[in-house]
Amino acid sequence: MLSIKNLHASVEGTPILRGINLEVKAGEVHAIMGPNGSGKSTLASVLAGREEYEVTDGEVIFQGKDLLDLAPEDRAREGVFLAFQYPVEIPGVSSTNFLRTALNQVREYRGLEPLDAVKFLSLMKEKMALVEIDQKLLSRSLNEGFSGGEKKRNEIFQMAMLEPTLSILDETDSGLDIDALRIVSNGVNKLKSDKTATIVVTHYQRLLDYIVPDYVHVLYKGRIVKSGTKELALELEEKGYDWIKEEVDSATV
Amino acid sequence: MSKDNQILEELTSKEYEHGWSVNYEADEAPAGLNEDIIRWISAKKEEPEWLLEWRLKAFRTWMNMPEPEWANVTYPKIDLQALKYYSAPKQIKKTKSLEEVDPELIAIYERLGISLNEQKRLQGIAVDAVLDSVSVATTFKGTLAKLGIVFCSFSEAVKEHPELVKKYLGSVVPMTDNYYAALNSAVFSDGSFCYIPKGVRCPMELSTYFRINAANTGQFERTLIVAEESSYVSYLEGCTAPQRDENQLHAAVVEIYAAAHAEVKYSTVQNWFPGDKEGKGGIYNFVTKRGICAGDHSKISWTQVETGSAVTWKYPSCILKGDYSIGEFYSVAVTNNYQQADTGTKMIHIGKNTKSRIVSKGISAGKSQNSYRGQVQVMKRADNARNFSQCDSLLMGDQCGAHTFPYIDINNPSAKVEHEATTSKIGEDQIFYCNQRGIATEDAVALIVNGYAKEVLNQLPMEFAVEAQKLLALTLEGSVG
Ligand SMILES: Nc1ncnc2c1ncn2[C@@H]1O[C@H](COP(=O)(O)OP(=O)(O)O)[C@@H](O)[C@H]1O
Ligand SMILES: [Mg+2]
Repeated sequence: MLSIKNLHASVEGTPILRGINLEVKAGEVHAIMGPNGSGKSTLASVLAGREEYEVTDGEVIFQGKDLLDLAPEDRAREGVFLAFQYPVEIPGVSSTNFLRTALNQVREYRGLEPLDAVKFLSLMKEKMALVEIDQKLLSRSLNEGFSGGEKKRNEIFQMAMLEPTLSILDETDSGLDIDALRIVSNGVNKLKSDKTATIVVTHYQRLLDYIVPDYVHVLYKGRIVKSGTKELALELEEKGYDWIKEEVDSATV
Repeated sequence: MSKDNQILEELTSKEYEHGWSVNYEADEAPAGLNEDIIRWISAKKEEPEWLLEWRLKAFRTWMNMPEPEWANVTYPKIDLQALKYYSAPKQIKKTKSLEEVDPELIAIYERLGISLNEQKRLQGIAVDAVLDSVSVATTFKGTLAKLGIVFCSFSEAVKEHPELVKKYLGSVVPMTDNYYAALNSAVFSDGSFCYIPKGVRCPMELSTYFRINAANTGQFERTLIVAEESSYVSYLEGCTAPQRDENQLHAAVVEIYAAAHAEVKYSTVQNWFPGDKEGKGGIYNFVTKRGICAGDHSKISWTQVETGSAVTWKYPSCILKGDYSIGEFYSVAVTNNYQQADTGTKMIHIGKNTKSRIVSKGISAGKSQNSYRGQVQVMKRADNARNFSQCDSLLMGDQCGAHTFPYIDINNPSAKVEHEATTSKIGEDQIFYCNQRGIATEDAVALIVNGYAKEVLNQLPMEFAVEAQKLLALTLEGSVG
């Protein structure tokens, strides 16, 4: 589904991603871990098409299409979803209005009729139950005055509404208490199918107890320096990142 | 319409939808401004002597008034002698009923999306259609008359209700109030008149749709709204003009009178031609709008969505004379390309326990300049006056400007005046967030801007709100990335 080859990207001339390779197949869950500042969010942003990040080398193929060639909105319409680490606030725009605009643009791209208000509402009700989100929250301005946890839950709600093929969750667990973590993870798990894939970015292993990964990758200094199965996450939990840093740093010297 | 015209229209319509003009035979005053012209206009309109005298008095005062230069706008001096002060389609006869109005003129309004056909008309809105210097038609006159409501063109009011016109004309905006108001008083051509009798709640929205068609012609219309005791009316004003290379002058006067317990809501969606991307052409919109809450517990509420015009100079104001009277001003002013807007309000608290509320949302894009200028004045005997002002500016790009000029003048220690101001930039991260959900950049901008202006848009009647939202989006098209 997603094939990243030798991906290099920089911000204002500073290289951040320095040769990422990753293959994600339908039905899989990949976890990307790594110390702060290693480039996890950058990778997510580059995949989603954020302009500040300049791709200097490499390629990304998503379902046979050159992803890097597409505008950010077209990537979304093709089925790439990013749950943001820091969702932005849009004053005066309700989640409902926002999502209806989004969903109908995605549908139009896919040659589908726009959903009328009634159908939209019933879809919303169905998905609200999935992430146990309150309707009151959705009639408020998007993310404005939401708690950290509410913002994250709203991200997963949007994901449920847009039914993406590839979901990238950037630190969705941070700011969630244990109950919210369980609810959000449940939501993500229910949305999984053998036709979709998930990339979970986190630096805590506890999320991976709920969303169980098929593969775990460690990102450090803009490269994937270690890959393994979910046992790797447990090992990292126990030993921290220092041993990996040492391994990598001594090898590059 | 010829094929070429059609293609041309499609090409330009994205920028300014109403830029077309129609050729009709016009009855025009010769260019120039002098007493003879004023006599000519007055004669054309078969006005009574007192009104001619009133005009001439205004003209003589105006001649000695300097053009105001304090506003934060720059434009080349207008050659007022080169303008024509009257232009009317020849087809307009003294028609009594809608059926007699020339279909060609009705078609002009159909094209603007304004149906003058009462059957086809969306329920609940009566329209006075003003083309250049004259009113073309007024709908639902009969229905309204049954309630004692007068809604007609200004010219007709002069003929049919001279006592009302005489009593209220210039009572809120004195003829010598300012340079443009004085000019308007001298040469005004037509406009709308509306009178709501005591205790009547007007059952439909009243609206005037102004259209400038003729070239080299100034439009000087006058609107007068009188709401008697315990009456209510909601009034809408819309305007468009063809796309022309030269600038055109629009200098209107609106007066509102509200007696005790009366309420008047006045909403404007101003969409005059703003000039092209290089700043060529466009309307100079120099307007004086003022209402007086004359009686106790009266209320006047201004809502404006200003998207058009090359230069806007406009301060809808409220004189809060009655005790417990309320003045409100809700404004969204958008400027793009080379547009300049200097707009705001004046709230003059005279009565006791008077309240005013100001919500101004400026949006600047391109190389435009957008200024809010507002005055809150609390007079000596205005005990317990309250004002709340919220002035927000939204910037798009870094070549535009937003400015706020609040003036506060308090002469009573019990007054409570609050002023809040914010300036923000439309965030790349907001746009990217929308993009990531599948929303194209232009739609993202529209969404964000409409959200920002929501508090004001919510004040508009439903049908207008939708149009205003589309207009905001259209005005800002191409202003980001
Ligand atoms: N927009 C930006 N401008 C400048 N530096 C950035 C920007 N985004 C990320 N960086 C830098 O890139 C590195 C990786 O950041 P990030 O991808 O956010 O890491 P992670 O998500 O793994 O914590 C950090 O050193 C960070 O400071
Ligand atoms: Mg991060």
